[in-house]
Amino acid sequence: MPLTLADVHRIARLARIQITDQQATAAVTQLNDIFAMIEQIGRVDTAEVAPMTHPLDGVQRLREDVAGPPPDRAELLRNAPAQQDGLFLVPRVIE
Amino acid sequence: MAPLTELAHSGLAQLARLLDAREVSAVELAHHFLARIDSHRTLNAFLDVRPELTLRQARAADARRARGERGALLGMPIAHKDIFVTRGWASTAGSRMLEGYMSPFDATVVERLAGAGMVCLGKLNCDEFAMGSSNENSAFGNVLNPWDAAAVPGGSSGGSAAAVAARLAPVATATDTGGSIREPAAFSGVTGVKPTYGRPSRWGMIAFASSLDTAGLLAASAEDCALVFNSMLGFDPRDSTSVQRADEDFARALQTDLRGVRIGVPAQFFGPGLQPAVESAVRAALDQYRELGASLVQIELPNAPLGIPVYYVVAPAEASSNLARFDGVRYGYRAPRFNDLIDMIEKTRAEGFGAEPKRRILVGTYVLSHGYYDAYYLKAAKVRRLIAEDFQRAFQRCDIIAGPVTSGVAFDFGEKAADPVSMYLADLFTVPGSLAGVPGLSIPCGFGDRGRPVGLQLIANYFDEARLLGVAHRYQAATDWHRRVPPGF
Repeated sequence: MPLTLADVHRIARLARIQITDQQATAAVTQLNDIFAMIEQIGRVDTAEVAPMTHPLDGVQRLREDVAGPPPDRAELLRNAPAQQDGLFLVPRVIE
Repeated sequence: MAPLTELAHSGLAQLARLLDAREVSAVELAHHFLARIDSHRTLNAFLDVRPELTLRQARAADARRARGERGALLGMPIAHKDIFVTRGWASTAGSRMLEGYMSPFDATVVERLAGAGMVCLGKLNCDEFAMGSSNENSAFGNVLNPWDAAAVPGGSSGGSAAAVAARLAPVATATDTGGSIREPAAFSGVTGVKPTYGRPSRWGMIAFASSLDTAGLLAASAEDCALVFNSMLGFDPRDSTSVQRADEDFARALQTDLRGVRIGVPAQFFGPGLQPAVESAVRAALDQYRELGASLVQIELPNAPLGIPVYYVVAPAEASSNLARFDGVRYGYRAPRFNDLIDMIEKTRAEGFGAEPKRRILVGTYVLSHGYYDAYYLKAAKVRRLIAEDFQRAFQRCDIIAGPVTSGVAFDFGEKAADPVSMYLADLFTVPGSLAGVPGLSIPCGFGDRGRPVGLQLIANYFDEARLLGVAHRYQAATDWHRRVPPGF
């Protein structure tokens, strides 16, 4: 089922990417081309197949919950677009 | 000091001998490669070069040698794909989103190689967040293929491939998610190796698709890759999917002869779309293997053609999750004008990401969204298992799988840029191995249309890198394709 312009706007909203009508129109065609290519997996019989989410069916190791040395705060903040008093600064969210 | 042109065209083992014999110092080597980088800036292979940092590392390596320390990599230059974060050099992943980002730490791969005494020459251009097959998706411009400036160098590790092809660095790190080491190696006429998933640490590799991302190398030969793997690969407690295995010598099988080695040739890699000149170069390489004592067996990878559709569900799904971290709050780009927090995030991501990451984030968001997860992500994960099982069946009949890396030689800039699906198909033969997580490599095996390089792909079973490198090395010991350097370099 091909994606519509409204679908693309909805997906972009979910992905938190602002998109213009013009960009969305171009994206509809490209995304539908991609999904037309993807659709062929729907025809594969996988009734007896377990999903494989990692090579070698690897599972994520858990480590002991022990505190390590904290990273250097100043060094972490150095790359922040805006900061104040050792904190990341964002636009006001509570009026 | 040895003649300068010889230095750039020497393998790592030869450079190590010169360093051991004190015929050249690490500082001299660093100067030599920095000068080559500077005189070939038009290739646009490097994104960040800081000679003072490089020379400081080289002096430290010389000091270690002066104290009597020895090591195959001590004082050896290397350059890193800009997917690996590095202290001192900016780490951008080829994206506006991370322009000027200065990492507070080194990636494990970078740290391990620096610990072995390797000297960093700088950071290498790549497709944005490693998404691409031509390097045209870098926010910082195209990388030229040293063999032909009209041709793409391949991607996403295009800077790594071009730098090694032009001998601006003897070896370069790279990353492979769906073919991003093997495809540029083939297009740029160099050797590129992707190890088993989980063997190199992903810590400090800017994440694209975490169940696929695998660090590897581009170099002039399989032998050089083996030497560097000895220091680069290994368990890392900071990577939650790092594989725990005993250390091994990846160079141990370089001299093992090919008698008794069974090379499987998959029918699915020799279909109608294969360029005739690519097919004949690959078939000639297979004949050479037979002459060297290996036997060829026909095998089937029946589900391999489903690799591309599976990959373009799994990789975007994981990418949409991994790239959610770029919100303009803690690091990276922030849009200059916005109304509120959500508007800031949406504008930041609209302006900071290029077209391809946005496209993949949209695909990934959709396939993971409510009502579509089962039909796309879950389905793709099941077909992924069928693809991986094909390899296990094949490896019951053969030791190594061989075939083309790509269906054609490097294409021209712009040729596929407007059609994402045709670009995606460039990875048709590399994606199946990436989805399975098995090791694979590309070695030069001739030239095709317009004199552009052709790569031979070799794939081994999990953790069989030593044999894989050995089989590649036997071919390189008997041929000289890998020693060809583009004219002018």
